[in-house]
Amino acid sequence: MSDNKKNLKGFSTFSHDTIAEIQRSAREGIYQIRGLGAKRKVPNFDDLVFLGASASRYPLEGYREKCNTSVVIGDRYAKKPITLDIPITIAGMSFGALGANAKDALGRGASAMGTSTTTGDGGMTQEERKSSKYLIYQLLPSRYGMNPDDLRKADAIEVVVGQGAKPGGGGMLLGQKINERVAMMRNLPEGIDQRSACRHPDWTGPDDLEIKIQELREITNWEKPIYVKVGAARAYYDTALAVKAGADVVVLDGMQGGTAATQDVFIEHVGIPTLGALREAVDSLKELNMHRKVQLIVSGGIRSGADVAKAMAMGADAVSIGSAAMIALNCNADMYPEDYEKLGTAAGYCHHCHTGKCPVGVATQDPELEKRLEPELAGKRVKNYLATLTLELQTLARANGKSDVRNLEPEDLAALTVEAAAMARVPLAGTNWIPGHEL
Amino acid sequence: MNFDLSKKSLTEVNSFLQKIDPKSNQREFVIKNPLGNHALCAGLQDEVQVTIKGHVGYYCAGMNKNANIIIEGNVGTGVAENMMSGLVHVKGNASQSAGATGHGGTLVIDGDASSRCGISMKGIDIIVKGSVGHMSAFMAQSGNLIILGDADEYLGDSIYEAKIYCLGKVKSLGADCIEKEMNEKEIKHLSSILKAQNIKADPKKFKRYGSARNLYNFKIDNVSSY
Repeated sequence: MSDNKKNLKGFSTFSHDTIAEIQRSAREGIYQIRGLGAKRKVPNFDDLVFLGASASRYPLEGYREKCNTSVVIGDRYAKKPITLDIPITIAGMSFGALGANAKDALGRGASAMGTSTTTGDGGMTQEERKSSKYLIYQLLPSRYGMNPDDLRKADAIEVVVGQGAKPGGGGMLLGQKINERVAMMRNLPEGIDQRSACRHPDWTGPDDLEIKIQELREITNWEKPIYVKVGAARAYYDTALAVKAGADVVVLDGMQGGTAATQDVFIEHVGIPTLGALREAVDSLKELNMHRKVQLIVSGGIRSGADVAKAMAMGADAVSIGSAAMIALNCNADMYPEDYEKLGTAAGYCHHCHTGKCPVGVATQDPELEKRLEPELAGKRVKNYLATLTLELQTLARANGKSDVRNLEPEDLAALTVEAAAMARVPLAGTNWIPGHEL
Repeated sequence: MNFDLSKKSLTEVNSFLQKIDPKSNQREFVIKNPLGNHALCAGLQDEVQVTIKGHVGYYCAGMNKNANIIIEGNVGTGVAENMMSGLVHVKGNASQSAGATGHGGTLVIDGDASSRCGISMKGIDIIVKGSVGHMSAFMAQSGNLIILGDADEYLGDSIYEAKIYCLGKVKSLGADCIEKEMNEKEIKHLSSILKAQNIKADPKKFKRYGSARNLYNFKIDNVSSY
């Protein structure tokens, strides 16, 4: 800030960002479309801490005593549930939104750690099937690229009802990302904006969903675990309805979850934080006596092993990462500054996935930009990142005396803010007070 | 070969029909007492002929590949949804979302089809000898929807490159759907589809509808269209 501005008082209601956005709207007459997740600060896992072991709990020896991280997913009805080596999976991201190299790299990284990756709204690419040990195939409203052969090639099927970045909204892949291959897979002309519908074309409610799941099971001989993914809106009821519809697994995506492209107003103002939604979903499963019988996978703003551990302590069976996995691929890395500048942004601030001009070659279909992401090297980075998260998770679990990461429990946690205490329903640190609950 | 769904389970029947021994000459099957079952004949993959004697529930012949499936009754929601190839012939009426997202093959409905017939279709040919409900061919991407009766409101709303041919009245067209010229090439194209199913109707009497392509790329000036 220049010297002559040092003593000036700004507006809290009309911040610099707000002023800039009003003036952009006045110039352009259209809302802002962008990628990735919410930028506003919301209560999150940083607002919780682990208590650790003490006289009342024995810790386990770090690096010496075993701490299991494997988890079985989808054993409610599926004949072939999946055993993941770590409870950290890669979230659904479409080929189209991401380039083929990025999808390939995610598969390589996940496979090296014995976990799963997920297709997205563009169908299954050969590259990701080949590189992914466990591949979850999404059934989305658009049904772009959906076919029974790929359904049978998948290790599990994820029926996507909603997404944390935009519960109640569909997708938009802008024309600049629709090259020949993407267009062919989606059966649409090159260069046009592709709407992904906000609801499924052949079912409208939980009773219909139950029948849809039955159809998917019939087509795949009841072998594949069926996931139902919901955005964090009414997590208690949505979880209950997914269970009622026959899901093996519920995937809950909080508002910090990312997207390839949607309206900024949607990303920032629809849905609730992962912290509160997770508590609601676990409540729902417990009331139905289905906790641990129907697995709960949580996503939306997971960044570190601490986030993973806290989510599991609150009752998740596993987590899923999208934005963080992209960052491991080099999203927002401090390289190619001139290309960030052309987009009007800089490393660390970029949310321009929707433009197709990703400077680091992750969210693009431009062959020249894609060359900046080498699948083998990028896959190694994803593997390293997943390994780090796992080590952090085990460190925290052992510190709380747990020989299995799924033994982490709410009693291991304390909240640092009143909001987090109320949402996560764990006591405010140094008290036994949970807002909304009698002492 | 006959199956009786009052005696065999749905999964047993589907499983058998999905894995036909390639060496087997047995290629014709009849299913009795379908009892409104859902997902009957879903996921078939081989060139077989299946006749279903009665009414069925949701998603009959879903994701069909290669099979020729005849339903001698009415069908529930999503008949032949996401069909890839083959033929599905409904002798009665169809509920909503018939042929939804179908990538290929042909769906023939002798009666009426309810709302959203051909929603998001991706290459399938759908022939409805009766009328179709509202929002039919919504966001239809490619393929042909041929209606010998009437069409209810918002036909072809937000349509992409699919073609709609309608012999009867159209109550209203949806966003970005317009009437298009029925020239010789189109008459020939429609004639070949009708002929393949032995349908006697004069292709010259159909009107054709398709995309005005004004909404293909988002423009602020088009906001009022939605």
